[in-house]
Amino acid sequence: MNQMDVNSDIRTKQKPKSGANDKWVLRLYVAGQTPKALTAFANLTKICEEQLKGKYSIEVIDLMKNPQKGAADQIFALPTLVRKLPVPVRKIIGDLSNTERVLIGLDLLPVS
Amino acid sequence: MKKAERKNSIINLPKTPTGILGFDEITLGGLPTGRPTLVCGGAGCGKTLFGIEFLVRGATQFNEPGVFMSFEETSEELTINVASLGFDLNDLIKNKKIVLEHVHIERSEIEETGEYDLEALFIRLGYAIDSIGAKRVVLDTIESLFAGLPNQLILRAELRRLFRWLKNKGVTAIITGERGDETLTRQGLEEYVSDCVIMLDHRVTEQTSIRRLRIVKYRGSLHGTNEYPFLIDETGFSVLPVTSLGLEHIVSNERISSGIKELDEMLEGKGYFRGSTVLVSGTAGIGKTSTAAHFAEAACKRGERVLYFCFEESPSQLMRNMLSVGIKLEPWVRKGLLRFQATRPTLYGLEMHLAVTHKYVNEFKPDVVILDPINTFVTGDKEFEVKTLLVRIVDFLKVNQITALFTSLTSSDCRLESSDVGISSLIDTWLLLRDIELNGERNRGVYVLKSRGMANSNQIREFVLTKHGVELRDVYIGANGLLTGSARIAQEALENSAVLTRKHDLELKKREIVRKRREMEAKVETTLADFGSEEAEAIKIIEEEQEIIKQLELDKTEMAKSRKAGIGKIATKTL
Repeated sequence: MNQMDVNSDIRTKQKPKSGANDKWVLRLYVAGQTPKALTAFANLTKICEEQLKGKYSIEVIDLMKNPQKGAADQIFALPTLVRKLPVPVRKIIGDLSNTERVLIGLDLLPVS
Repeated sequence: MKKAERKNSIINLPKTPTGILGFDEITLGGLPTGRPTLVCGGAGCGKTLFGIEFLVRGATQFNEPGVFMSFEETSEELTINVASLGFDLNDLIKNKKIVLEHVHIERSEIEETGEYDLEALFIRLGYAIDSIGAKRVVLDTIESLFAGLPNQLILRAELRRLFRWLKNKGVTAIITGERGDETLTRQGLEEYVSDCVIMLDHRVTEQTSIRRLRIVKYRGSLHGTNEYPFLIDETGFSVLPVTSLGLEHIVSNERISSGIKELDEMLEGKGYFRGSTVLVSGTAGIGKTSTAAHFAEAACKRGERVLYFCFEESPSQLMRNMLSVGIKLEPWVRKGLLRFQATRPTLYGLEMHLAVTHKYVNEFKPDVVILDPINTFVTGDKEFEVKTLLVRIVDFLKVNQITALFTSLTSSDCRLESSDVGISSLIDTWLLLRDIELNGERNRGVYVLKSRGMANSNQIREFVLTKHGVELRDVYIGANGLLTGSARIAQEALENSAVLTRKHDLELKKREIVRKRREMEAKVETTLADFGSEEAEAIKIIEEEQEIIKQLELDKTEMAKSRKAGIGKIATKTL
């Protein structure tokens, strides 16, 4: 938990740097209401609320219901988070429990 | 026994025919139905193609749609790549026979955060399978996942799950894998796929590449264990299972002419057996090709189809050269009875040659196949391989009842019989052409070294190339051994003159007798004539004497009359 706090400090500094007023479009691919999917969604909303409040949208795609959608974003692992906007497209796989990795993946944190 | 086992294996393990030429034969039916098969091998050995062909043949020949999941090439790349092999993927995709699914994994785009699984892959694959009702699946090359995903633990667990999932789906799957240093595959995929493992190999020996296929394991089934050569050409994959054949071919009692009358005479007057293997060996320039061409021409005249592989001359050169000895091959080519296949032996590896032979034979369906010459294959010390190759060709041709004629060049510095790449045991009829050097001449002799199943001549005959083709002459045995060429002609002349002299003598004797008879007759005639005249004279004298006697008596009577004596008494008393 301590680490999380440290992270959030750095995050605040980074925030204006990355993309400013751009709208963030995020897609979360899951397959049914699995524990991993739920964890990932919870983690994602938490991070977004903290980092991108007000300028993000999350679309959850359930491949169980729409299996054909997996091919378009080249999804092979679940859960996968895809940052559609801002470009370039980024993919983060896993339940997003490692917040630091997520932030690096989303380009919200410079790789140190 | 073999048959019974085969029957068993079919009952025990259902198999899915791949449709790949020859492969179904060595696996006795194909790949295990509903199970994954691992196809591994180094780069460029044809793994992807094997997979693609499995799907394409399945879709086109066995009505089994298939899914190709590619981890390396995109659908477009793949379509173009296999189009060169005559597969129209776009068409099959349109007709819902094949689905190409490209899974792109870019390490740099991926960030791993916590727990995940590969469920999306399953879903995509499952969706693709269900969308066309696929029975066949190819995953090419799943090992790319290892490069894309850092977490090996998850990956390995997921792969295990994937293969189980594939089995549950009931699809026949091919998983390709790159060959590793010590293991069959770099990532040890064989650990997960244990039903059937096929190894493809691509080796270069002496600048010739040879592709080989081996079935490393096939659970629950018999299979050929050898390394089988295979090739990839414009019609796809073909595996050559030729050595799997036993020596069970049917034999024919039919005899076919060799095209050379005198040679037929040496072979019981009938020629070769149909379906037998004939070897014509000899030193350079001895007339091997002419013998072969004669045979080809004779076969064409009988209306049979001849496939002529020439490895040293181009067809047109060969036809021109044969024209000089009066063998016209060109009309037969135009009629479509004779076909030439000219390739340099070094063009490709031995297996490729075998495969090409197979392919053309299957295509052209000849009655006679000629390989001219076979020993150009031998480059370096590949004798053993050449022998295996020839065994396979011979077997293949025999099974198909094709009469084969091979020519073989023997170098003059080694024994004629031994140098023929060790294939003598395969040969049914072996003609040896040899040069006979005598009296400053080099002449050709031919003899039948062996001929299975016939009482062949033991003679060495002189072999002469004339404008009307090959002719065999009797060989004269003189005081100095064999007489050939001008020595033979001299001998012939000598014999001819001897006969002539005798004839003369006989004439002379006959005339003598006639003369003597005439002489004798003439003598007889003169004697007769002499006798005749003597006789006539004698008669004349006798008559004259009698006249005189008569006259004397008359005179006596007259005298008596004049004396008046009794004539009668006196006459009677005196006479």
